[in-house]
Amino acid sequence: MEDFILLNPPSTWDLLIEFWQFNDMNALWVLMGSILLGTSASVIGSFAFLRRRSLIGDALAHAALPGVMMAFLLFQTRDPLIMFLGAVTSSFIGFFIIDWLPKNTKTKPDAALAITLSFFFALGLMLLSFIQGMEVENKSGLDKILFGQAAAMTQEDINLLMVVTVFILITVMLFFQKFRLIAFNSSYAQSLGIAVNRYELLLALLIVMSVVVGLQLVGVVLMAAVLLTPVAAARFWSDKLTSILILAGILGAISAIISTQISYLAPAMPTGPWMVVSLASLFFLSLLFAPNKGLINRYLQQNQLRQKVAEENILRTLYKLWERTEFQKNDFNMGDIQSLRTMPTHHLQSSLKKLCRRKLLTSSSRGFRLTDSGLEQATLLTRRHRLWENYLNEHLELTPDQVHSQAERIEHILTAEQEKQLEEELKNSQQDPHGNVIPGVNNATQTGAKR
Amino acid sequence: MSNATRPAPIKVQNLNMRYHHKPVLTDVSFEIPEGKTIAIVGPNGAGKSTLLKGIMGLEPLIEGEVSFFGEPLSQKRLSTAYVPQREEIDWDFPISVMDVVLMGRHGQLKLWQRPGKIDHEIAEQALKDLQMWDFRDRQISQLSGGQQQRVFLARALAQQAQLYLMDEPFAGVDVATEKAIIELFKNLKAQGKTIVCVHHDLNTVGEYFDWIIFINARLVAAGPVEEVLTKENLQKAYGGRLSLLNDLTEEVYRTRLNQAHDSD
Amino acid sequence: MINDIWILATASLVAISSALVGVFLILRRQALMGDAISHSVLLGIVVAFLATESRSLTVMLTGAVLIGLLTAWLSDTLHKVGKLQSDASIGIVFTLFFAVGVILVSLYAGQVDLDQECVLYGEIAFVPFDTIVWGSDTDGTEIGPRAFWAIGIVFMIVLISIVVGFERLKTVTFHPSLAVSLGINVVFWHYFLMTLVSMTTVASFDAVGAILVVALLVIPASGAYLVASSLKSMLWIAAAYGQASVLLGYAISYWLDSSISAAIAVTAGLLLFITVLVLEIQKKRRIQQPNIEFETR
Repeated sequence: MEDFILLNPPSTWDLLIEFWQFNDMNALWVLMGSILLGTSASVIGSFAFLRRRSLIGDALAHAALPGVMMAFLLFQTRDPLIMFLGAVTSSFIGFFIIDWLPKNTKTKPDAALAITLSFFFALGLMLLSFIQGMEVENKSGLDKILFGQAAAMTQEDINLLMVVTVFILITVMLFFQKFRLIAFNSSYAQSLGIAVNRYELLLALLIVMSVVVGLQLVGVVLMAAVLLTPVAAARFWSDKLTSILILAGILGAISAIISTQISYLAPAMPTGPWMVVSLASLFFLSLLFAPNKGLINRYLQQNQLRQKVAEENILRTLYKLWERTEFQKNDFNMGDIQSLRTMPTHHLQSSLKKLCRRKLLTSSSRGFRLTDSGLEQATLLTRRHRLWENYLNEHLELTPDQVHSQAERIEHILTAEQEKQLEEELKNSQQDPHGNVIPGVNNATQTGAKR
Repeated sequence: MSNATRPAPIKVQNLNMRYHHKPVLTDVSFEIPEGKTIAIVGPNGAGKSTLLKGIMGLEPLIEGEVSFFGEPLSQKRLSTAYVPQREEIDWDFPISVMDVVLMGRHGQLKLWQRPGKIDHEIAEQALKDLQMWDFRDRQISQLSGGQQQRVFLARALAQQAQLYLMDEPFAGVDVATEKAIIELFKNLKAQGKTIVCVHHDLNTVGEYFDWIIFINARLVAAGPVEEVLTKENLQKAYGGRLSLLNDLTEEVYRTRLNQAHDSD
Repeated sequence: MINDIWILATASLVAISSALVGVFLILRRQALMGDAISHSVLLGIVVAFLATESRSLTVMLTGAVLIGLLTAWLSDTLHKVGKLQSDASIGIVFTLFFAVGVILVSLYAGQVDLDQECVLYGEIAFVPFDTIVWGSDTDGTEIGPRAFWAIGIVFMIVLISIVVGFERLKTVTFHPSLAVSLGINVVFWHYFLMTLVSMTTVASFDAVGAILVVALLVIPASGAYLVASSLKSMLWIAAAYGQASVLLGYAISYWLDSSISAAIAVTAGLLLFITVLVLEIQKKRRIQQPNIEFETR
């Protein structure tokens, strides 16, 4: 039999436009629901993440399955509220077991998670297969809960979803301070008299609720990702809890929009995987591109630092060369510089060019020489280097070589304050361990002839 | 001076280690004499355990070289025995005391080999030396802290090494165990073996050890107890005057200055 | 009747292989990595099939092992380089791989010959009907179900690995840093174990599906952990728990007319539950009647 073909099937573009014109009310509700879900799950998942229980969402999601099946078996209905309560009950039992096993037996926490996850899931599947063998109404679609199917959601499902997620968000806002304190330092919270146990229970309940309510959209197997990935991504952008939570919520919402969109375009495909894929993409983008913590930026910053170090080293070398000629000769070529400091030639060339551009050096046919400002810098750097060498020598058992190599690094980051501190400690010594004079602060003027 | 006809049991040169951005150890160099008991001492968090782990290759070195009797560790594994801190283990593991001690014989065994009769005899002797023979069939979960420590020591003993490195062997043990450890030290020294321990107790360090190495993120001093256990060195190691130094070194690592610098 | 035997035989091999490998996962606290790998292999199978257009066992095993190792490696790298908690690293990697796997399956549903549900919980009842034919298609002899041979081969590999490498595995599992100080290559053994997990998972796929493999990896071994006194006995006890779960589970599924694999996994859980219960009762009794035999320390 030939496949059923639509006359003039709508193109992808047409469907997209239709989606965003919100002509399809159902689609709109699903969109709003999934945005709320994405937001609330990310926020509540952040707390789990901070308590170092990232995968608890996974276990709780799997643990919800038998509850859904039992509710159906007992009450023979697909009423969302009944399903929800059944799921929350069995998920909560799962939570209790995850907590109880490590505390009372040799079982370790990771094993407790895996045991609960797989046992409850198997129980759920067993009940599902039992139901599917029965002659009852309404049983189809129960399996949609495995991977999520936005298209299968009814209006009542969506209503329940919205009510629960809003409740979760409000609760988090109300108890934010307490949750934050407990997340960071629960023993301290306890010492303040806060009933930590009660809040932990509340948090557990919220996690369970957000997991259960998301099952229809994302599915049992992948729900964990919705709780965990947004906060992992948000962490690359900020260190402050409030910013992290907000950002996690936004990332959750964005991926909800993307996956609902795709689900609308291809209703036969499960929704859950698309949400996970969008979340993972956002995560990897954050990993790479976030300022400061992102890998690419870390790499760029390293390069900048390398450049600064190279330039400062050249300045100091020029000072030394100048010093060695007893402040007579000022012009030096690359060969001279390389005799004191090993640096690949092309590297040296480009750094010298940059120094000239910054007016710290001038170049002529005789070579490179320090300008006034260049000399000031070079003197400062040399001073710091030699002060530091003295300090190390006095306080530690190091050979002069070790002292030198340590100082080589620290001079680049010594601040003026620290420099003063060093001076005081060393009581104005004049020479470094190698016997070189430590240039004074106003040395540039004192040493006389610079040209 | 010792009759140094062979290279030092451990020679450390320019050792640098860090944890995330914290400079745990910087520019540490020393050489230890053979046939002595040496203590590594310093304040908490000074890097003592890390030093031991770095020497044993259990944690990465940013820089530096370590040689054992003049050669790298990989050539001298059979001569070196390591006793880690007790916290590392899952004490719920299903294993008996005897089996733990037998593990020490692994350096000698090939992949598929099981411990043989001789290995069992060596293990038996090691257990007897530490008065743990009666416990040989016990599950390790049933032992007290001191007994656990003695099992670890028996395991190291069974390795029949020349050099023993121990991480806080005296921490949290009862009097009987402390005595047993001292006896063990005496016997090993009599056989010309070398023992290096991370030790936390300043009160006993002079009594139990011949040599001291003071560490506070850097080497403060190293040498025989009579020379090194001075007020000045204690001040330097424990006095906190190195804070500027540590702050700056930390800054160096945090900004990855060391890498930027060395690629020059 | 003969079909029942094939089913039981296949299931037993699955349970025992998983139990043996699972012992090491439990002892090394890598149960969640086992969970992760068993999800990720779906992607490995699908990609291997799409790339080679073949459903041969070697192809599947290779695909599974590669993706299993990739999962372990990527989780570890995210943890170290991305400075992410190890739980979270594992979670992000395996959910992504599994999601991509599911998408590919639903896109190429016709070709891949897996559907989503089958992937998840397999259906061991069909195992006897998918047989391997030795020799030509028309003339050759049937030598038994494909799934049986798949898990049979993996079982042999697992068994031999554990027997030969027993002492090494024991040292590496009990005390990794001692192993390093003795010169043992701990990293190798880590990835070797992950390879065994991948192979066991994929070979069990046909029979019991992804999620139930996790149950058989983790639950019998956890029961054994509670009662064993040596590594050797823990392996034996875990295998026994696995075998018992198969026999009892099969019976239960018959009685309740439900999925065989799910029933086996549930039985495994019940056996664990009973073990815990018995231990608790023993504990309470000991508190009430202090045993005079207890040696003083």
